[in-house]
Amino acid sequence: MPQKTLANAAVDVDAEGYLTDFGQWTRDIAAAIAGEEGIAELTPAHWQVLEFMQQEFKAGGQAPSIRKLNKSGVISTKKLYELFPGGPAKKAAKIAGLKKPEGCV
Amino acid sequence: MRHLVICGAGTGGTVAANLLRKRLDRSEWSLTVIDRDDEHYYQPGFLFIPFGFLKREQIVKPRSKFLPRGVEFVLAEIDRIDAAANAVRLRDGRTIPYDYLIVATGTEIQPAETPGMLDGWRDTIFDFYTPDGAEALAAKLKGLYGGTIVVHINETPIKCPVAPLEFAFFCDDCLRRHGKRDRFNIVYVTPLPGAFTKPVASAVLGHMLEEKNIAIVPDFNAERIDAAARVLIGFDGREIAYDILVTVPTNMGSEMIERSGLGNEFRFLPTDPRTLRSKAHENIFAIGDATDLSSSKAGSVVHFQAETLAGNVLRAIEGRPLEPGFDGHANCFVETGRGRAFLIDFNYETEPLPGKFPFPVIGPLPLLKPSRLNHWSKLAFRWIYWHLLLPGRRIPFVPARMKMAGKKRPA
Repeated sequence: MPQKTLANAAVDVDAEGYLTDFGQWTRDIAAAIAGEEGIAELTPAHWQVLEFMQQEFKAGGQAPSIRKLNKSGVISTKKLYELFPGGPAKKAAKIAGLKKPEGCV
Repeated sequence: MRHLVICGAGTGGTVAANLLRKRLDRSEWSLTVIDRDDEHYYQPGFLFIPFGFLKREQIVKPRSKFLPRGVEFVLAEIDRIDAAANAVRLRDGRTIPYDYLIVATGTEIQPAETPGMLDGWRDTIFDFYTPDGAEALAAKLKGLYGGTIVVHINETPIKCPVAPLEFAFFCDDCLRRHGKRDRFNIVYVTPLPGAFTKPVASAVLGHMLEEKNIAIVPDFNAERIDAAARVLIGFDGREIAYDILVTVPTNMGSEMIERSGLGNEFRFLPTDPRTLRSKAHENIFAIGDATDLSSSKAGSVVHFQAETLAGNVLRAIEGRPLEPGFDGHANCFVETGRGRAFLIDFNYETEPLPGKFPFPVIGPLPLLKPSRLNHWSKLAFRWIYWHLLLPGRRIPFVPARMKMAGKKRPA
């Protein structure tokens, strides 16, 4: 399994850089992944999304869809795209230390 | 008398009724199937209507014709499932009690989920996931002189994830045969990072789009549509102009699921991906598009789920442990135009790979490669659907669980 050094810690990641062991995740590692994804600073608004995603992941074993984030009242989809430009569901999951959202096959 | 009730008489509900009526003693179990109409469409046929390859009347038959004897078919709109009371409440006031329930209410397109989509509905914006939409699109395409056709997926998951690709390929093929291809741009717009979800197939199909001069816009999530200006606007600010927008709107489960308080954010029923039992209720099972499974929403998948579903309903009734029998298997023909089609065969763990199907080396069907034989097999599938799949019969040489034999992982 590939390893990667983030925020001075060695972590296990998959081929696309998603953490494979949530136990290794820290807030510093989150900031380091965010930097790689082009997000210079994680603001309280970012953290609100990340923490909601982690709760959902713990409850259901899956990162929530954009629709679920929107419906839960945590954040509007428009705002989500501003916070995590590009692919917000995938980027936020990566920063939150969760596995890549499954999507459909 | 105990009662098994099935909500929905589409592919899943019909197969389930056929398998379970045979195995449940008629003196002990009644079997009721509820649907709001008596029209069963062969849904893979919708793709062919816009191009004039098939007509609506060639792909519809009465639902009741495919239900076995000993099943009561109730034609009614379901108001909700009252899981606490073990009963299905109908709009007309009737209540149908159940001991076991199978949810097979499928998925529907929801154009209203995207602001502006309905403003141009069936004027410049079309779907081909409904018979009305497919027919309206057929009329529109006939009269087109030229312009930009945008084929668009609004949000995943969708029913039959390869259908929009097939639509784009057919468009290219049809325009070429009519000598009009140079007057049209075809653009494929998807929220996925490529032509398909999984890397090997995505690369092959992406290359195919390129070959046919179909532009792809990946990672595009539509915020709204300006129908008057004919522009698709993304959350990231990107704008895509169209003359005709052929969209697959957001897919969601039945509104009845939401009224029942049983659905997720897409109104799909949270279901165990291996046993097909509802995660919330021990006496509720689900099959097909109505579930929240990550397997494809497609008829072949329903066929592969059916045996596990029927077996597990019986196991639950007899108090035995359920079998985690469903592996996410899907087997889909992908029309690529010019009389050829791809075949893809995959499951939860294994992405579509090249090789031969169903037998190694001899095939005869090539996987992930265009062939005439695949195209003819797809056409033959319409007969198989009515005569083998719906009655719950085995399809020769195609096992419910995916096999690795014959598949090759590219280096």
